[in-house]
Amino acid sequence: MLRVTSPHTHSARSTGQLMRLVVFATLPGVVAMTLAFGWGSLFNVALASVSAMVFEAAIMRLRGRPALFYLRDCSALVTGVLLGLALPPYCPWWLVVTGSGVSIILAKQLYGGMGYNPFNPAMVGYVVLLISFPVEMTQWAAPASVLPESQSLVGLAEGLKQIFAGVPVDGYTGATPLDVLKQNSGQTMAGLYNSDPTLQAGMLAGAGWEWVNIGFLLGGLFLLYQRVFTWHAPVAMLTALGLTSALFYSSGSDSLGSPIFHLLSGATMFGAFFILTDPVSSAVSTRGRLVYGALIGILLFVMRGWSNYPDAVAFAVLLANFAAPFIDYYTLPRTYGHQKARRATEKEEH
Amino acid sequence: MTEFAIILLSAILVNNFVLVQFLGLCPFMGVSNKLETAIGMAGATTFVLTLASVCSYLINTWILEPLNIDFMRTISFILVIAVVVQFSKMFIEKTSPLLYRVLGIFLPLITTNCAVLGVALQNTTKEHGFFESTVFGFGAALGFSLVLILFSAMRERLAVADVPTPFKGAAIGMITAGLMSLAFMGFSGLV
Repeated sequence: MLRVTSPHTHSARSTGQLMRLVVFATLPGVVAMTLAFGWGSLFNVALASVSAMVFEAAIMRLRGRPALFYLRDCSALVTGVLLGLALPPYCPWWLVVTGSGVSIILAKQLYGGMGYNPFNPAMVGYVVLLISFPVEMTQWAAPASVLPESQSLVGLAEGLKQIFAGVPVDGYTGATPLDVLKQNSGQTMAGLYNSDPTLQAGMLAGAGWEWVNIGFLLGGLFLLYQRVFTWHAPVAMLTALGLTSALFYSSGSDSLGSPIFHLLSGATMFGAFFILTDPVSSAVSTRGRLVYGALIGILLFVMRGWSNYPDAVAFAVLLANFAAPFIDYYTLPRTYGHQKARRATEKEEH
Repeated sequence: MTEFAIILLSAILVNNFVLVQFLGLCPFMGVSNKLETAIGMAGATTFVLTLASVCSYLINTWILEPLNIDFMRTISFILVIAVVVQFSKMFIEKTSPLLYRVLGIFLPLITTNCAVLGVALQNTTKEHGFFESTVFGFGAALGFSLVLILFSAMRERLAVADVPTPFKGAAIGMITAGLMSLAFMGFSGLV
């Protein structure tokens, strides 16, 4: 008989199982991305995950810890997968490897590894790359349904040549719907939807992109159903983004985009369900997560609307990660049996 | 009104003195170990910065420019800042002895906070008027306070993290500040 004392908490899943579930839940989004942009994202995901695990093992080796034990929790794998999904398809191989190196070494292991990183590792990697290599990072592939009749998606041979040898493939890139909106001068929303090929080929927020977002939404709902995370942060973010975009909405030439456009473009759903929900870098308490999510939604809309960057999920997440300890400090839950919330540093009152 | 809002927003977020212009890093690294101290320091710096930018504007407009002794600008600003810091030091000593003791050496060190001199000098180069100078000084102080307070809450968490020995303390603090600075680049183009 087992002699275990209370409390008998029971956890059905180990960290490794949880992380593998997250990887599994990205599948609908990955399928949508592959259908829209070709095999580039799959390759990014594979390269980023492998290099992330290699970096993780190397650091563990340096710190004199058992590498295999830490690799088994699959957190490096998740970071690699998320970073790979965020990077543009068919980008040079060194971009992916640099990104995963920054994510794992700088943003995760220097802070003490899993459970200690104050910033989301994948987003740190993405932002470092975006600021250091803006040209490579802003060339996104055009969705399949927009390419001219004579052209198909990037083939295996020419894609590999571009990734490893830097031989550019002709005309596979296109402006994303968010780029189009950012560079728009003088056209009304209806005009944009009629003139831009990506928006024209789509139903709500641009061909390919809306399906990618719906894919990640489905994956996120699956994780929510599996109780991998609570609903607070994603719902708060999507609500805040929807409300702010509705508040500033106009259909004229100075339009900042409709709520449905914002909810289904760029990395909105990917961010809401796979980045915000990182249990380490987000706020901890329930109320704190609501504030944290809403902060990201508002920052995201402000930056999409007025800053130099067309999509800003990574920046918004990093800024909210930065604010998360402070949010936690002021949204302490009340402990059972106490009248008001109390900090550990406060003295007992008698 | 819009113009003041833009100055305020620019000083707080887009051209944040600490994370974008890298001014005032010494108190930023030095007083951010505990949240409560950081809040006190933020209050003191806000007071000094706003008052110093007002005083330096007055000195610049009513003394330096009429007498045509612009070359005395830096040294007279330093003097003004030192006086304002001394004044607020006496003020805090009387009103909150506890905060005075907690802040300790860092209170007189506001004098050497380059953000204070930076604001005063930028006010003259940007040719701000009286109200613009005040708002700019206040905005710079708010931006400084914002990042100082957020950073100190984060450092309380970092203090218990399993950071590799060579990176403990100031080193990981600097890395965190660098990452935060990256995040603040997302605001570029906002104003």
